Amino acid sequence: MRRGSQARRGVTGAAYACALTLMLAWSLAPVVWQGLTAIKPDAQITQVPTAYLPRPVVWTHVAELWARKPFGAYLVNSLWVSAWATLVCVALGAMAASALARMRGGSRSGVLLALLGVSLFPPILLLLPLYEGVRALGGMNHPLALIVPYAALHLPLAVWVLESGFRAIPREVDEAARLDGLGALARLWHVQVRLAGPSLATAAILVFIFCWNEFMLALTFMTRDSSKTVTAGIASVGGVSFYEIPWGQLSAAILIATLPLVALVLVFERRIVSGLTRGAIVE
Amino acid sequence: MRFTQSSRERLALLMPAALLLGVVVVIPIGRLVLLSFERTELNTGLGSRFAGLAMHARLWQDGRWWGSLGNTLVFTLGSVGIEMLLGVTFAVLLDQSFPGRRWARAIVLVPWALPTAVMALAWGWIFNDSFGVLNDLLTRAGLLHGPVAWLGRPGTAMAAMVVADVWKTTPFVALVVLAGLQGIPRSTLDAARIDGATPSQLLWRVVLPLIRPACLVALAFRVAQGFGAFDLPYVMTGGGPGGSTETVSLYAYRSFYRYLDFGYGAATAVEGAGMALLLFAAILWLSSRAREAV
Repeated sequence: MRRGSQARRGVTGAAYACALTLMLAWSLAPVVWQGLTAIKPDAQITQVPTAYLPRPVVWTHVAELWARKPFGAYLVNSLWVSAWATLVCVALGAMAASALARMRGGSRSGVLLALLGVSLFPPILLLLPLYEGVRALGGMNHPLALIVPYAALHLPLAVWVLESGFRAIPREVDEAARLDGLGALARLWHVQVRLAGPSLATAAILVFIFCWNEFMLALTFMTRDSSKTVTAGIASVGGVSFYEIPWGQLSAAILIATLPLVALVLVFERRIVSGLTRGAIVE
Repeated sequence: MRFTQSSRERLALLMPAALLLGVVVVIPIGRLVLLSFERTELNTGLGSRFAGLAMHARLWQDGRWWGSLGNTLVFTLGSVGIEMLLGVTFAVLLDQSFPGRRWARAIVLVPWALPTAVMALAWGWIFNDSFGVLNDLLTRAGLLHGPVAWLGRPGTAMAAMVVADVWKTTPFVALVVLAGLQGIPRSTLDAARIDGATPSQLLWRVVLPLIRPACLVALAFRVAQGFGAFDLPYVMTGGGPGGSTETVSLYAYRSFYRYLDFGYGAATAVEGAGMALLLFAAILWLSSRAREAV
């Protein structure tokens, strides 16, 4: 009897390990495949039947990439735009969240729900009016044309994450700082921000990832090659036709654009998960 | 009753965020709705005139609009449906305790963090007809005799897009559901077990009803994002072949920038958002009925 249940546990254990392995393989396979393609010699990339492992490993695609396209500029643009947008978004989000966290009942949840609604709108609704605005202000190809919309579009997320962080701070702490004569902004900076560090990190990481990945606005507002962000730059290389593209270089580009994000995820997994799952916990 | 902040202070703190959202979101949406009532004069240098509901009427007679709406629905329902099933499965797998669980969770999260526009290229390469690894794997497994042009045929192109979307967004569903799972008190599960619930009863009668709110949150976000899909069709299939993967967002985008038909593109985007709202209402209605049935 006892042996039977042990054997059954062994079988479920094996099935479980199998399922787990499949899940991890599925998650990583497309990225790994790009990595392998990026370091294969050209002849092997187009070999039929497919050559799976690169033999020999070559780094020329990565080098050619830099020579052919302003790839360094793409990366710098993405970093610059995403960093500023994140800063603005988290700063304004923190101000709003600190007010919301001390509001009561109806008006607080009203504002939070309205923000949730905003974040569900399809971005195509904003594209043409924003394009008109950016053009009218002469902002095409200027980083601000992306920084301002990115900061706004991810504001709801930042407020949601930060609000729950600030709310966890006891009211008495606020009260004490207030009695010490600190104004609202000083309290936010010296007290709330210090005490809600994890929420701040969570909001910043999520907003940064979303900015780095944005495509539609970047594609539309950044028409000059040297102003493009990584997503728009790479996709405009690849959009033509799969036969005209040097696949080794494209794979190298894909790999370089995605590796920083893989690193972010592996390092900050806990923060990202806590931010993403806020909605499920709030319920 | 004491307040820690005066209401004027609160208003001042909320104001910058409200201004930014007003300028970037609220005013543009208002502008877009107005634009959808205008006709863009394509032959007289892009002037536009008020045209009432003419653009909306034109939309209703446009086969390409209905086609793109149908594609968007198929894409959204197909990918969100699979994502919910797979996401719950992933969440259940990740909810067990095993060595290296933190790493497993991080790896599962990786696809979510990668840019859709860039990974759409990677998936295009996997589905490539001549050199794609999928054809090779299926041929080796004996499931295929000769390469298939996955992205060259309407049905398979849509399926390929759904696969790429499922890969990218299942982690989101999985982690939201996982949070829901971890919110279930141990004592509840133990009580059900002591009462003699079988594992499948435990899953269907206890666990799933309890994670329903988390599932609904994930569902709401995913339906909204699926309906707005742009990056994936733009990069992976270009809406082709023959418009079979063109989504509403992509069609509106093309009216804007390829045909410079701003009024018509605006009407497309506005009606697309309206249809998304209808879909939302339908899902909410269905899920509340499902709850009553249980």
